[in-house]
Amino acid sequence: MQLPKTQKSTPAPPHYPWTALASLATGLAAWWLVSRFSGLPAFILPSPGMVLNRFILALQDGSLLVHTVVTLEEISLGLLAGTLSATALGYLLAKSRLFERLLSPYLVAMQAIPIVAIAPLMVIWFGPGMFSKVLICALIVFFPVLVNTVVGVRAVPRSLHALMGSLRATRWQTLRLLELPASLPILLGGLRIGATLSVIGAVVGELVGANRGLGFLINVGRGQYDTALVFVAVFTLVALALALYSLVSFFEHRLLAWQEWRE
Amino acid sequence: MTDDTLDPVLVVQDLDATFPNENGGLRALRGVSFSVTPRQFVCILGPSGSGKSTLLRVLAGVLKPTRGLVHFAGGIPRIGFVFQQSNLMPWRTVLDNITLPLELEGMNRESAYPRAQELIDLVGLQGFERAWPRDLSGGMAQRVAIARALVHDPDILLLDEPFGSLDALTRERMGSELLRIWQVRQKTVLMVTHSISEALYLSDQVLVLTQRPGSIKMRLNVELPRPRIEEMRYTADFGRQVRQLKDAIE
Ligand SMILES: Nc1ncnc2c1ncn2[C@@H]1O[C@H](COP(=O)(O)OP(=O)(O)O)[C@@H](O)[C@H]1O
Ligand SMILES: [Mg+2]
Repeated sequence: MQLPKTQKSTPAPPHYPWTALASLATGLAAWWLVSRFSGLPAFILPSPGMVLNRFILALQDGSLLVHTVVTLEEISLGLLAGTLSATALGYLLAKSRLFERLLSPYLVAMQAIPIVAIAPLMVIWFGPGMFSKVLICALIVFFPVLVNTVVGVRAVPRSLHALMGSLRATRWQTLRLLELPASLPILLGGLRIGATLSVIGAVVGELVGANRGLGFLINVGRGQYDTALVFVAVFTLVALALALYSLVSFFEHRLLAWQEWRE
Repeated sequence: MTDDTLDPVLVVQDLDATFPNENGGLRALRGVSFSVTPRQFVCILGPSGSGKSTLLRVLAGVLKPTRGLVHFAGGIPRIGFVFQQSNLMPWRTVLDNITLPLELEGMNRESAYPRAQELIDLVGLQGFERAWPRDLSGGMAQRVAIARALVHDPDILLLDEPFGSLDALTRERMGSELLRIWQVRQKTVLMVTHSISEALYLSDQVLVLTQRPGSIKMRLNVELPRPRIEEMRYTADFGRQVRQLKDAIE
């Protein structure tokens, strides 16, 4: 069976809760030691305890939640818009050589643009509100998802297309019952990359110009020498990215059960 | 039995198939004509690359011929196609692979299960309903493919070297099994095979294709009585016809 095997679901991370905990504890201890004995001022390196206090404070005054929700909205909307448009366009590209030849010069050129570099432009054009961030997220998510869609749809075995043809399947049936499930491993691989990138997109957008969001919070913390707040925002971002990544991985394992190798 | 008094269920006339390529196209079939009567078992023999698979794909409507005519009595038939490789969907269980043709006809999967289960019983795969294709042996996968090709009660069964990947013993067993299924189901069957004795043992009519571009080199009506039994493979008559076909192919 010649199946698309590229970018298949990553194997579940090895489950060693104790070693992971020990490793985290060591890191934390090292951080605490350095902050305690290096003589670095708190606005350069706050101690774990200070960061924890700042975290509780930000939780209590509600600011952390507000900004996290804003960033999460930007990430989700951007990811959604980028994934939907990239999958739709990718499908058309995969199905039509003409379409591909017409569009590929633009796509290659666009892909060469570092999205991070045009983030200021987006903010200039579309303002410091949420829309410019959603757009940046969508743009940054677009290409990996597009490429994976094209690869995935092209990798659908011809013999299975022949099967569907011999059974007089309609276009829609072929899309739903063959092309979608057959390219799903590669599609989800693209989504996993996209999910991580969209976090970067949102933060970059917010750093460039925003009045809300975790990136904005980082800027505020930096401006006020409230470095503990910067740490709180960064850790929240890490948690967001991990949660998103886990969500996609969860779907991969649920949807691709047929693909997992039995020992 | 070959009964020429029956109206043909399939008439193929002067079929050409050319694949486009850089130097003027690759011609796979040239002027292929033959006809098949209802419930006939037809085997197609021919050297590698002589266009046997191409012929089946044209008959299945998956490939448009460059020229010529394929006419099915009674309009577009429902087709069961068994490919050289089992060609199962790896993301579907055995049972769900078999329901596919019914789903494509608008039935929902659950209501197709009883029917699929009948076919599982027919090909002897009880207990493997929930297995993934990757867990099946070549012979089992091929039986799933046969079940899938039969589940929607097709008018015509197209088999492209269905036992090609099997060892000799399994192959003979599957051949006999197919014969049994064919006798129960009474389908019109066109089967590509590399084995001359398999062709003779199974079919009413044998078509031999020439080297590429394939055209009909020889048409043989097999007069062995039905039901066929293993012993027939070892009679002098059988040996003579094997010889005849062998000479035609070489
Ligand atoms: N889709 C295709 N595009 C181009 N050439 C093809 C295609 N399919 C088959 N051919 C060519 O047509 C010829 C006949 O192929 P095929 O029908 O598969 O032969 P057989 O099944 O008898 O071995 C071969 O030379 C093969 O390379
Ligand atoms: Mg072939």
